[in-house]
Amino acid sequence: MRPLDPLRKALRRDRVFDFMMPQVVFSPDLDISHGPILYLEDVTVSFDGFKALNDLTLYIDDGELRCIIGPNGAGKTTMMDVITGKTRPDSGSVFFGQKIDLLRLSETDIAQGGIGRKFQRPTVFESHTVFENLELSLAADKGVWPTLFAVLNKAQRERIDEILETIALTGQRHQLAGTLSHGQKQWLEIGMLLAQSPRVLLVDEPVAGMTPQETERTAELLVSLAGKHSVVVVEHDMEFVRSIARKVTVLHEGSVLAEGTMDEVQNDPRVIEVYLGD
Amino acid sequence: MILGRFYRSDRGGAFLLAGLFVLAVVVPVLNLAVPESSPFHLSTYTVTLIGKYLCYALLALALDLIWGYCGILSLGHGAFFALGGYAMGMYLMRQIGDRGVYGNPDLPDFMVFLNWQELPWYWLGFDMFWFAMLMVVLVPGLLAFVFGWFSFRSRVTGVYLAIITQALTFALMLAFFRNEMGFGGNNGMTDFKDILGFDLQADGTRVALFLASVITLAVSYVICRFIINSKLGRVIVAIRDAESRTRFVGYQVERYKLWLFVFSAVLAGIAGALYVPQVGIINPGEFAPLNSIELVIWVAVGGRGMLYGAVLGALLVNYAKTYFTAAFPELWLFALGALFVLVTIFLPKGLVGLWKRKRDTEP
Ligand SMILES: Nc1ncnc2c1ncn2[C@@H]1O[C@H](COP(=O)(O)OP(=O)(O)O)[C@@H](O)[C@H]1O
Ligand SMILES: [Mg+2]
Repeated sequence: MRPLDPLRKALRRDRVFDFMMPQVVFSPDLDISHGPILYLEDVTVSFDGFKALNDLTLYIDDGELRCIIGPNGAGKTTMMDVITGKTRPDSGSVFFGQKIDLLRLSETDIAQGGIGRKFQRPTVFESHTVFENLELSLAADKGVWPTLFAVLNKAQRERIDEILETIALTGQRHQLAGTLSHGQKQWLEIGMLLAQSPRVLLVDEPVAGMTPQETERTAELLVSLAGKHSVVVVEHDMEFVRSIARKVTVLHEGSVLAEGTMDEVQNDPRVIEVYLGD
Repeated sequence: MILGRFYRSDRGGAFLLAGLFVLAVVVPVLNLAVPESSPFHLSTYTVTLIGKYLCYALLALALDLIWGYCGILSLGHGAFFALGGYAMGMYLMRQIGDRGVYGNPDLPDFMVFLNWQELPWYWLGFDMFWFAMLMVVLVPGLLAFVFGWFSFRSRVTGVYLAIITQALTFALMLAFFRNEMGFGGNNGMTDFKDILGFDLQADGTRVALFLASVITLAVSYVICRFIINSKLGRVIVAIRDAESRTRFVGYQVERYKLWLFVFSAVLAGIAGALYVPQVGIINPGEFAPLNSIELVIWVAVGGRGMLYGAVLGALLVNYAKTYFTAAFPELWLFALGALFVLVTIFLPKGLVGLWKRKRDTEP
């Protein structure tokens, strides 16, 4: 059966042929007329036989703030890896809008096309200043030659100032990113996402290791971003999720266990059993 | 104005350029204008020796660009240097014309010796200086492009990349040792007579070659500085520190690495081309893996990730080498090894790091 799969895929009539697929399409033209901006359907990823994602189906609406919770190893990070092109699934499909097949694009294309990602472990450019970190992230022509001769214009500087304000790092603009506190690094990374002007922000465990005040500020920040962007937050901290969530998806063993408001989810007996129970 | 800004933003570089300028003025004067009887006279041998060091410095600059700033450790950069050197050697070989031992106007001596009847196709055009210079740039650049294309695309990094670059230079060495390759086998090419019609043994020519080395090094330094200070330079450092992050920010990491690798290989090729007419010989020994490893040590000693550090390291280590190999020839390799270990343990930022640390701790 296997050898015929590509042929079968090519002959599927519910989809246009690959060569007719649009290449990277930037945010304004994104086709979201049916509501969701991100479609994951029947996605399966296995590592040496172990299914990290198991027939996962998930839709993210344009402009929504979605929290994804689930016990360790539920596949939350793997899901982000799949969306951003870092891991290719064994089967299933992932679409950005209705027309862009993310499985056919590279990590760079996906990032440039409007999906930004914050890693679980904060990763910023440590030997650059906060300002330079944002400068590098700013949406721009990121080819080699344009970058060699790039000069920041006034609008870009203002945009950076604005982001610095948003992430409360204006005072640290000339500080090396490596010298920031853990929480500040997390913010800087969120700022770097914003600088890319993405349509979708994928945020992996943003408040891990933050003080309660920092956590609170982060919650405000993420809530303020929803609407303009779709924000997908993976988090462990239930207090935090409760404070920001409108819609919560519970992942368990690589597929969706429950979906709904925080209260609905918390009262779902299956969820209580696998996650909230202990 | 511009000079002042440059000095403030890059003090070490300003010192370096000033030093090169002084060399460019003083050395020719001491050699050509001061009579040989005077104690201030600088022998042509010394002029050429300094010229040779400057070529090494340029090579070190090329390596520092990719290793120090982008984290790509190439243990085969000597190969690009040697290829540039061979391209220059081929031009110089053709300039000998019928003055060789066998008096053949077209074929270099070693080809006559092999009973070859005509020039192989890949030697065509090397009698023209511009063509040879084009090849000095193109051959290392192309090899770096093909090599980099495959390795960076398949995301080969770190130790693995270091090993395959080492294998690359080793393979080239074995190939160039073969007589049938048509590059003079293990003897390589030597007995050059003149360059652009000027006698290579003449003091004036030697000084001119020396000046060409100084100027090339200075110009290359300024270009490298420009690259490092540009946004591209910041992307490169970002790749070194967090490659995956850089990719997710939207940069095509492979293209950046490839671009920088090719540029660095071209610089190395130019260094080789300046080196050959000064030392008067090019042979497969230049491809020796050990050469590329020594090069890494120069950069480590000087201070990696600091352009002027690499230049300084190359100059100092090679000066020490000249001294050592004359005084205690057997000890040099041990001294070099010890130096590398000491620097790695005690001076991770090289000699320049020492100086910077002192300055930073001052009030
Ligand atoms: N590269 C990998 N190789 C093998 N197993 C992996 C890999 N990445 C993730 N896994 C496994 O997949 C499962 C899901 O991991 P992950 O997505 O990181 O979970 P979460 O982020 O929900 O805690 C875990 O059991 C993990 O061990
Ligand atoms: Mg995780």
